[in-house]
Amino acid sequence: MITFDHVTKIYEGDVKAVDDVAFTVEKGDICVLLGPSGCGKTTLLRMVNRLESITEGEIRINGKSNRDLDTIELRRSIGYVIQSNGLFPNMTIEENVTVVPSLLGWDRKKKRERYHTLMELVGLDPAEYRKRYPHELSGGQQQRVGVARALAADPPVMLMDEPFGALDPITRERLQDEFIQIQREVKKTILFVSHDIDEAIKMGNKIVLMRDGKIMQHDTPSEILVHPKNEFVSRFVGKDRAIKNLSLHTVEDLQKEIGLGDINETIQDTKTVNIHQDLRNTLSTLMNQEAEQVIVTDDHGEKLGTVTIDHVQRYLHLEIREKAPVSTEG
Amino acid sequence: MERKKFVSLMVRYGFYALVIYFFVWSFQKNYFSYLFKETETFVLLTRQHLELVAVSSLLAIAVALPSAVLVTRPRFRQTEWIFTNLANLGQTIPVLAVLALMISILGLGFKTAVFALFIYSVLPIFRNTVAGLNSIDDRLIDAAKGMGMKPHQILFRVELPNAAYSIMAGIRTAIVINVGTAAFAFLIGGGGLGVWIFTGIRLFDNSALLSGAVPVTLLAILADYLLRLLEYVVVPKGTRPSANA
Amino acid sequence: MTWFQEWIEFLNVNLPLIVDLTVEHVALVGLAILVAILIGVPLGIYLTTNEYLASTILQAASIMMTIPSIALFGVMIPLLSIINKGIGFVPAFIALVLYSQLPIIRNTYTAIKNVDPGVRDAAIGLGMKTVQRLFRVEIPNAMPVIMAGIRTAVVMNIGIGVIAAFIGAGGLGVMIVQGIVRTDQYLIVTGSIAVSLLAIIADVLLGSVQKWLTPKGLETNS
Ligand SMILES: Nc1ncnc2c1ncn2[C@@H]1O[C@H](COP(=O)(O)OP(=O)(O)OP(=O)(O)O)[C@@H](O)[C@H]1O
Ligand SMILES: [Mg+2]
Repeated sequence: MITFDHVTKIYEGDVKAVDDVAFTVEKGDICVLLGPSGCGKTTLLRMVNRLESITEGEIRINGKSNRDLDTIELRRSIGYVIQSNGLFPNMTIEENVTVVPSLLGWDRKKKRERYHTLMELVGLDPAEYRKRYPHELSGGQQQRVGVARALAADPPVMLMDEPFGALDPITRERLQDEFIQIQREVKKTILFVSHDIDEAIKMGNKIVLMRDGKIMQHDTPSEILVHPKNEFVSRFVGKDRAIKNLSLHTVEDLQKEIGLGDINETIQDTKTVNIHQDLRNTLSTLMNQEAEQVIVTDDHGEKLGTVTIDHVQRYLHLEIREKAPVSTEG
Repeated sequence: MERKKFVSLMVRYGFYALVIYFFVWSFQKNYFSYLFKETETFVLLTRQHLELVAVSSLLAIAVALPSAVLVTRPRFRQTEWIFTNLANLGQTIPVLAVLALMISILGLGFKTAVFALFIYSVLPIFRNTVAGLNSIDDRLIDAAKGMGMKPHQILFRVELPNAAYSIMAGIRTAIVINVGTAAFAFLIGGGGLGVWIFTGIRLFDNSALLSGAVPVTLLAILADYLLRLLEYVVVPKGTRPSANA
Repeated sequence: MTWFQEWIEFLNVNLPLIVDLTVEHVALVGLAILVAILIGVPLGIYLTTNEYLASTILQAASIMMTIPSIALFGVMIPLLSIINKGIGFVPAFIALVLYSQLPIIRNTYTAIKNVDPGVRDAAIGLGMKTVQRLFRVEIPNAMPVIMAGIRTAVVMNIGIGVIAAFIGAGGLGVMIVQGIVRTDQYLIVTGSIAVSLLAIIADVLLGSVQKWLTPKGLETNS
């Protein structure tokens, strides 16, 4: 768990890069910091592992202020992935992946095992790449190694600054998918910087949308899509096709892709929606009621099953994953 | 394509032929007689020459590397340009001027010779080390910090290995120049193969001249070659310039 | 009188000599550079058309650079004695031309090679002939780097020119050589300072020529 407690950052020369930011990243969540260039995402991220000092406020990791921890210890317990992967050109791939274990003084056998596990996790052949150097790998492969390196000492927290930003759309797409898989296994608490709304919706359990150092909205992806808090958020989100797609699809499409949930009769206040209802309105209904689910009926009022926010979100992910490469070409 | 290769080969063999011709000619003229007549002196002079080069180069490395590391630390970053510019300026000053000035300040002798050679070798090593350290991508340092490396770990595991190519190039340049400059040690009373070269010039004695000049040349070429080999061993494979082409 | 006052006195008396020697030095270096440019630049350009020859010539030039100057003079004396020119201007001149070749050829070669292929294609597309392309596109674009090579060569040659005084080629080295032989501090200090100033001035001047030659559009990446 990472807690930002009214954090402010003022750079020399009075640049207020982060302005009184307060929110919490729950354990095991991916929280995406989203916003236009220069809004303070990187700064906020780098204050967590104290690559930048905090001007005011406090950042707590599992309840402990990061000021009270030794910088070196703190950083070794946090995985850090940056856009240009930051692999060390002088080290082989194996040396790069096991650099933190080396710092921690692991023995050779343990490092070798870890290297194998991690490379398999990120989908690279351990034996093939062991003796290679970073410049002999493609950008996507380098970025995978970057992720493996950050996971090496099994840190509970990961900071990722536009990790897939420098890749071509198709590779980016693939790495995002792979990373979601990896996260299912490793369940890290992740702060993820992005300026791409599609990526944010796809990767995030939560999104923190920023502008000029301030939080504009902190919510789940669907909440941000459906209930943008202000003009800025709706403009940032609105241009995007995700929400438009949502209004183009019906509950029936969702049923075909991922199926409906079981009807749980004990839940009160459950509203019903028609199977031909579009998903955008369905999502609004879901968010405006107390209950977690709505019951889906066919044209004759027959109950078919239920839909939850989670269903819509999963469908959204699917949609974005399938559509994004196509749309970036257009 | 074939014709180009042929022209190139011809030029290459032309160079070889010139060098071979030179050696045959000078042997015929008995210009290397000193090497055989005064082998002991030759060994002595060569040893002196190597001593001068070795002592001054090691001193230069011992001083230049740490100072280059020091001026590139964040604390001194602001003052770095002063040192770099001074080093650039120093490099512009002719060798013989440095040598001569040292004589007028320190007098004659082996120590003065070593000191003058040292002064002149420090600059290229310092300059190249600073350039090498500065050329490292800030994001690499950032990644190293972010994963919890201590400053000395960043220096030894990331910065120096990645600057190794540039540092080694500086050391090689310095030592090769040093081999030639050490010939002037004779003028300072420091011995070395320069003794025969200058005697040869003064007495129009071609044998003395070549017996001094040719070994110095070969020493310089040999030093260059050996240091290139060392470079190959020391510089990490992933950081050689050809690696990023 | 203090040392410094005596030195000023010395400068006063010897000013004409200093000026003469400086002129001699500049003439030697200038002439050698001129010839070196006339050989090195066309050769560098030609080498861009023959990779094999380029690697041979550049290798030879870089071995040439490792030969210590005093040793080269030492080797040239007996060689040139054959035509009775063992000492003096001729060996000094030849040595300076030879030493200048590496920086000039290498910089010309790499600069022309590195001209943006897009720019070259555009020139071809505009229907320029090879020679037109060379003089209107490639050379102007390569000029700053070629100039940097010339600058390196000039500064280096001013230094080697000093050493040439040992074989009777004149120039400011004469003061230093005489100073060492006679252990005359004034001669040594004056000669050293004069020649250092000459090198620094040449470096600064050629540095600004280099800047001035850089096409406006190229300034950011050079
Ligand atoms: N070291 C620094 N010194 C002074 N100002 C800085 C520094 N680093 C960043 N800033 C400023 O702080 C603000 C926020 O920068 P930051 O790098 O956090 O933005 P960002 O949201 O990550 O942008 P991007 O999407 O372009 O990476 C910007 O106005 C930037 O100019
Ligand atoms: Mg950023």
